[in-house]
Amino acid sequence: MFFVILAPLALAAVAFAVPSQGRRPLALLAGGLLHLAGVTALWLARPAPVLGGWLELDPLARVVLPMTSVLFCVCAVYAQGYLARRAERDNRVFVGGLLVLLSAMTVVALSQHLGLLWVAIELTTLTTAPLIYFDKSARSLEAAWKYLLVCSLGIALALLGTFFLALAGAGPGGPRSLLLADLTRAGVALSSPWVRAGFVFLLVGYGTKMGLAPLHSWKPDAYGEAPGLLGALLSGGVTSVGFIALARVVQVCSAAGESAFARDALVGMGLLSMALAAVFMIGQRDFKRMLAYSSVEHMGILALGLGLGGAAASGAMFHTVNNGLTKGVLFLAAGNIHRSYGSKRVDEVRGAARRLPISGPLFLAGFLAVTGSPPFSPFFSEFSILNGALGSGRWVVGGLYLFFLSVIFVGMGATVLKVVQGDPTGAPEVPASGDTWLTAGPPLLLLGLVLLLGLFLPRELKLVFDAAAARVGG
Amino acid sequence: MRMSAWTEMVFILVVVLDFFLLASSRLKAVIRAAAAQGALLAVMPLLLAWHTTELGHVLALSIGALVVKGIVIPRLLLWAIREASIRREVEPIVGFIPSLILGGVGVALAFAFSSAMPLPTPEQHAFIVPTALSTVWTGLLLVVSRRKAVSQVIGFLVLENGVFVFGLLLSDFMPAMVEAGVLLDLFAAVFVMGIVMFHINREFSSLDTEKLSVLKD
Amino acid sequence: MTILQSLAYLALFLVLPPLLPGVVNRVKSRLAGRQGPPLWQLYADLARLARKGAVYSRTTTWVFRAGPVVGLAAVASAGLLMAFGGAPAALSFAGDFILFAYLLALARFATVLAALDTGSSFEGMGAAREVTFASLAEPALFLCLITLARATGSISLSGMLGPALPLAWSRAAPALLLAAIALFVVALAENARIPVDDPNTHLELTMIHEVMVLDHSGPDLALILYGASLKLFLFGALFVRLVLGFSVQGLAGLGVFLAGVVAFAALIGVVESIMARLRLVRVPQLLVGASVLSAFGLVLLLR
Repeated sequence: MFFVILAPLALAAVAFAVPSQGRRPLALLAGGLLHLAGVTALWLARPAPVLGGWLELDPLARVVLPMTSVLFCVCAVYAQGYLARRAERDNRVFVGGLLVLLSAMTVVALSQHLGLLWVAIELTTLTTAPLIYFDKSARSLEAAWKYLLVCSLGIALALLGTFFLALAGAGPGGPRSLLLADLTRAGVALSSPWVRAGFVFLLVGYGTKMGLAPLHSWKPDAYGEAPGLLGALLSGGVTSVGFIALARVVQVCSAAGESAFARDALVGMGLLSMALAAVFMIGQRDFKRMLAYSSVEHMGILALGLGLGGAAASGAMFHTVNNGLTKGVLFLAAGNIHRSYGSKRVDEVRGAARRLPISGPLFLAGFLAVTGSPPFSPFFSEFSILNGALGSGRWVVGGLYLFFLSVIFVGMGATVLKVVQGDPTGAPEVPASGDTWLTAGPPLLLLGLVLLLGLFLPRELKLVFDAAAARVGG
Repeated sequence: MRMSAWTEMVFILVVVLDFFLLASSRLKAVIRAAAAQGALLAVMPLLLAWHTTELGHVLALSIGALVVKGIVIPRLLLWAIREASIRREVEPIVGFIPSLILGGVGVALAFAFSSAMPLPTPEQHAFIVPTALSTVWTGLLLVVSRRKAVSQVIGFLVLENGVFVFGLLLSDFMPAMVEAGVLLDLFAAVFVMGIVMFHINREFSSLDTEKLSVLKD
Repeated sequence: MTILQSLAYLALFLVLPPLLPGVVNRVKSRLAGRQGPPLWQLYADLARLARKGAVYSRTTTWVFRAGPVVGLAAVASAGLLMAFGGAPAALSFAGDFILFAYLLALARFATVLAALDTGSSFEGMGAAREVTFASLAEPALFLCLITLARATGSISLSGMLGPALPLAWSRAAPALLLAAIALFVVALAENARIPVDDPNTHLELTMIHEVMVLDHSGPDLALILYGASLKLFLFGALFVRLVLGFSVQGLAGLGVFLAGVVAFAALIGVVESIMARLRLVRVPQLLVGASVLSAFGLVLLLR
């Protein structure tokens, strides 16, 4: 288990040391492949917990780790082409930072200790903030500052919440520990007002990291200004591990008997996120910011599923995987379009389907997937969440959910169609930035995966999702 | 004075420093006050836990916190304001006097809240929770209402101070690694913020975050 | 015996105060490296002014003539409520601290009215500034007194500063310390000292208190200066009794008390020497800060 954490870190050190600009992206590829190999070995071998129970490959980790690993590998391949095109910018910090990010995300997924979880999440913020500034423009600097400040603020509040939870267990009969196993075993022995207070702060803190409304203010700026590659990893990987952190908190709350309170809060915030995303998606003029609001929407869907519990929670686990992969498609394709036209604005970009014969249609297909069209996999995960809502008699929740999904479909569709359709002559063009196999192949592969998962979901994966939902107390 | 009277004095001094941070506009004074607060809090584990057996671990934590919060981070911030040649905070979004009053109200509420929520470990000092919450509230006010980037970073530092106070409640069973990790994260966060501020100053020739408002919907 | 004692203390109260501005000026001069005026300078000034004739502007009315008299009378009456030495006050009843505060406010009001009566915009400006700062200093003063009342369980000045005070100090020292600091700031504000106002300034834009009394001359000015020194003595007495917090009776108590008041004046001198006057927009922040400090002390007592 240490291999998957330490291998990317070692390669990050290598990347910092290597002086050659051209060779450095290979470290990314090597790190990604090693990580993927390690995760596959872990999945097959089913190892026992290590470090005294601090790290364990439990069902939640099984959901998120493979997806993160695959996403990173694909992005690493994309990075070869992307960084070669951006040879004028020093990529030392970029490559090293991404590898450290991979390691930190792995720790978050595996961690069974709330303190270690917190440290790793803070590390994801710190290691990605400088990367947003890769463009070295005033706008990306502003985005990086807002991201750094808002996320650090949220994480500090999450630390307070973690301490509250520890305090809840600090009484004479309590577990006096931050290990999930101890906390869930203690159950109702945990002091109730402190568990609630802790949950509130942790929801605010980790919700900021995920990008749930109303804590999402950094997302449009950060995702809008970051390179497409980083956007894919942030919206596919980092938000997913933020969700895992939140799920672990819910795990503790359910064991302590506070699940009703926690679930209501999650459902509320989930619907609020979807509503806000719907409102801001309409008339969005920058297609990368549009993707950020799509991320807010999907985090809302995840929170909603987790809050509803049961089959919906299992659907939320499935959706974590789907969202991650689909966001990869969207951001990488959007990155290609941005680079080819030199602009992110909808009024300047049109006809992407003709100028970029792979990336353009990919963007359109990605849009269809992310808004839940069959036969892509997000349809099935979103459907099971809807099923869960209606099945437990929550008609209002289900109705609002459908309504927001439709509004988002319309809003996003208008923007995407404007970008993809039409005649590209007359639109700004950056020379030598068409589709190549390195830049268009990876998102195509991810889309294939999304399609595959939609058409055929292996039974073993379904069992993992159900086990993860049960772990959280669904 | 008894040992607990000294600790009470330290907590009260921490809250008084909170008020000073909210009211002052001189950046050097604010940085020094935040450093003093951090140094005071670094001494707290020794005052609270001087009778336990793990003196070595407590001492290490205190010295680490003192160095990071009291020396390294203030040096970094003083360097930042020297680089950017700024000395005063401009009138913040929530003015100085309303900030001070809001801070006072926050402190009162923190004391009220903490007497309503009983501690599972009642043998700990009664002022820890209200002081922690007051300092967190002060830090939050500073981050949200100040315009200069340096002041926002100081707000973040003060917020972490407040969380640190709260962590003192758990010092007897929190593993050393997590505490060290928290301290390291604080240092790393402020370091990264310092770098970004350096770039902001270079790009905009100012650390006024009013200039960072191009991105919006 | 007690009536004689009270009368003796009152006599002291009427005779001693002009010494205090002398102490302040002497300390300031010494710290600046100069010799400085003699300690009894104000007595000489008062005598000189009393011998002179007064000049009254044609635009003034009886209000202008009444101002200094009412001011002095109010401050002297407030002295009846204050406890000097180790003894209780000459007059005391429940809630007398409110009367105390408002007698001082009445004195200020009389001065302000006299200033406005001259019809000069210059003095009007000073009056406006003085009243603004006073409106911020008053909550601070009241919060201090309420903290003191809560700590000692008494709502009379004599009770607050009496035998219950040492007990309160041993139980709630931090709260009382905060109240004492806030009280010192209020004293600086109410007596027009640096950092709120510079008593030596000659510049129009920086004057607050000086400009209000600019038109008074002769015996009226003597009354005003004497009243100001009485007010300084009153605040000193309040501060010293709060801080000392022990009850020593008789002559020893009186000796300690007087030494304390002189030390208070010396402290003001030191503060005036170290600090510069605050910009006018910063003075409200200082006063609100004092209010918040004493409010915090009160919160500590209430929990």
